Amino acid sequence: MLANLASLVRYRGLIQSLVARELKARYRGSVLGFVWSFVNPLLLLLIYSFVFTTVMPNNVEGVQPYALFMFCGILPWNWFATSLSDAAGSLIGGGNLIKKVLFPAEVLPLVSVLTNMVHFFLGLPILILFLIIYRHPPDWWDLVWFPIVVLIQLVFTAGLALALAALAAHFRDIRDILANVLTLWFFATPIIYPWFQPNVQKFRTLFNVNLFTHLAVSYQEILFFNGPIGHWRWLLALGGYSIVQFLAAYWLFDRLRDSFAEVV
Amino acid sequence: MTSAIELVNVTKVYRRYGGRQFSTLKSALLQRSILRDLRPSETFPALTDVTFSVPKGSTYGVIGKNGSGKSTALKLVAGITKPTSGTVRVVGRISALIELGAGFHPEISGRENVFINGIMLGLSKREIQERFDEIVDFAELQEFIDAPVKTYSSGMYMRLGFAVAIHVNPDVLLVDEVLAVGDEGFTHKCLDKFAEFRRRGKTILLVTHSLNLVERFCDEALWLDEGRGLSHGDPKRVVGAYLTKVEQGEAQLLAETTAKAVEEAGRDGPGRQEGRAGQVPQEGPEPQERPADPTSNMYQAVEGRWGSREVEITDVALLDASGQQSFVFHSGDRVSIRLKVRAAQPIDDFVFGIGLFNADGVCCYGTNTYLEEMDPEQLAGDAEAMFSIDSLDLIEGTYKLDVAVHKRDGYPYDYHRLLYTFRVKSRTHDVGIYRPRHQWSFSPHIRFTPRS
Repeated sequence: MLANLASLVRYRGLIQSLVARELKARYRGSVLGFVWSFVNPLLLLLIYSFVFTTVMPNNVEGVQPYALFMFCGILPWNWFATSLSDAAGSLIGGGNLIKKVLFPAEVLPLVSVLTNMVHFFLGLPILILFLIIYRHPPDWWDLVWFPIVVLIQLVFTAGLALALAALAAHFRDIRDILANVLTLWFFATPIIYPWFQPNVQKFRTLFNVNLFTHLAVSYQEILFFNGPIGHWRWLLALGGYSIVQFLAAYWLFDRLRDSFAEVV
Repeated sequence: MTSAIELVNVTKVYRRYGGRQFSTLKSALLQRSILRDLRPSETFPALTDVTFSVPKGSTYGVIGKNGSGKSTALKLVAGITKPTSGTVRVVGRISALIELGAGFHPEISGRENVFINGIMLGLSKREIQERFDEIVDFAELQEFIDAPVKTYSSGMYMRLGFAVAIHVNPDVLLVDEVLAVGDEGFTHKCLDKFAEFRRRGKTILLVTHSLNLVERFCDEALWLDEGRGLSHGDPKRVVGAYLTKVEQGEAQLLAETTAKAVEEAGRDGPGRQEGRAGQVPQEGPEPQERPADPTSNMYQAVEGRWGSREVEITDVALLDASGQQSFVFHSGDRVSIRLKVRAAQPIDDFVFGIGLFNADGVCCYGTNTYLEEMDPEQLAGDAEAMFSIDSLDLIEGTYKLDVAVHKRDGYPYDYHRLLYTFRVKSRTHDVGIYRPRHQWSFSPHIRFTPRS
């Protein structure tokens, strides 16, 4: 397993070019091309703004403008959720490669995660732009934490992606289950409501068990709220857990590796 | 000589998952045995105890019918799947021409796909850069290399895949039936490329149905049958053994076809027999002539059996030179057609007829005893008629046989239409309907090199 893990480094060229391929192929043939990567989050933000300022004004103290607050959580959530659903289908979709070419299968789910990370990065300028427009600039010192959160989310997502991809190859139902779990998970995470609301605090333990809470809250604290990061202990703990989870997932993937060529 | 590929007692068992894929996650979780539950309940051995080694620098052919485990063997060598037991050892860089263009993405250009495919096959960006022009030239895609791959024809797609795979510069090249990828010209180019590989001392493992290729190209061959290595060594000998087995299989199949045709014709016999016997005279002069002259309605070649059965053909057999029943003959063989007949009452008006038809329904030959000026005298009880051909001078193909006993005016006693099938094999792939005895001769200014 360790040897295989080490060879992941060797595949970085392959991963890099596959991610590039996915991004290129995604918008090939469309008129706007890469602009869509900016337009999509922009439209999403405009819709949220309209709903939460005009249709259903939300006046929670200290969380204004509300649409921007939500956007801080939704962007990373989209990265997370899309990565997992892409990864779950990645081995099945790449069946031709696994069956016909000597190909390191673990590359496929990782490419899903990394491709969606690039989309996440492309959405960030829109967020920053609007934070500045609304005179709500992030605390510049807090931004030091930003790469750390991203890195932790990357490891956390990659671990889950590996495990899901490996299991989904055997149990196709996982893909459908996952779609539903992700919807539930989204609403169970303080993304469209602030985590310090009394109702949330009542179920604090439950929210702490939901690991994505710590990522979402960290993003909100870094990008949206002023003041120091109150959540860093949880975040670092999640980082430690993510590494363990990644290793465990890789172990599982490695165990099932030989069966992929037969089941996908 | 050191071997480049070595398989020792390799067994590969595939799992049959049946319908389990749909409902097992829950049960697997309930029993907390996801890993254990992934073990199959039913297994299917694709390879059983296969051992062979390919010396470095040689070309090795694997033949066998569909489903005999050839591709599985190749995948094991390529490392795509792991053997259930036994060891597989390969020395050097492998390139597998198993599925060409397997990693191509349809939306992006041929150029980008070449790079990504090359990286997948283990090349570095620089190496691809260096070989890029060569690859495109080889694939003959200069004009289209910047078009998205989805716009390629399947031939273009395959050529590009082949070109990339072959430019990986492997030590061991695995080829799975991919020579049928292009037109004649491209196939020649591929063969030239293989020849170049051989000269440079690379090892080639070739899985193919083209026995010709194996005989011409390979230093050694292996014949796999139902996952077992039946014979290996000199390609000519292995191919010969394989062909013999194939012939046996074909003969078996033809025997079954014939038995079925006869049975079906016999089943709806009684009703049809009445109708036919009554109908034939009313259909005018042409149908009346039909039985007498099997060539007259060769375009209405419908299998069947009719007649009054006053004389019944009880058995029809094709016999080879040694008198054994057979269904596969070689062009030029001695063949006899034996009819066993039974006449319920003694009869003094009868004609035996024979017709040979090829797969297109064209009558290759037809005759009867009346045409050959034999006037009937008496036929009674059980009897046997034998029609012998000294030399079956037909070209390769599948043939059907008409046999009949009828009156001189064409009234059928028992007419068997195209019920019997046999196959003629030939080393010469000449064309036409029959092969006249012939030979070539030349004046001294014309010379030929004898082919090995």
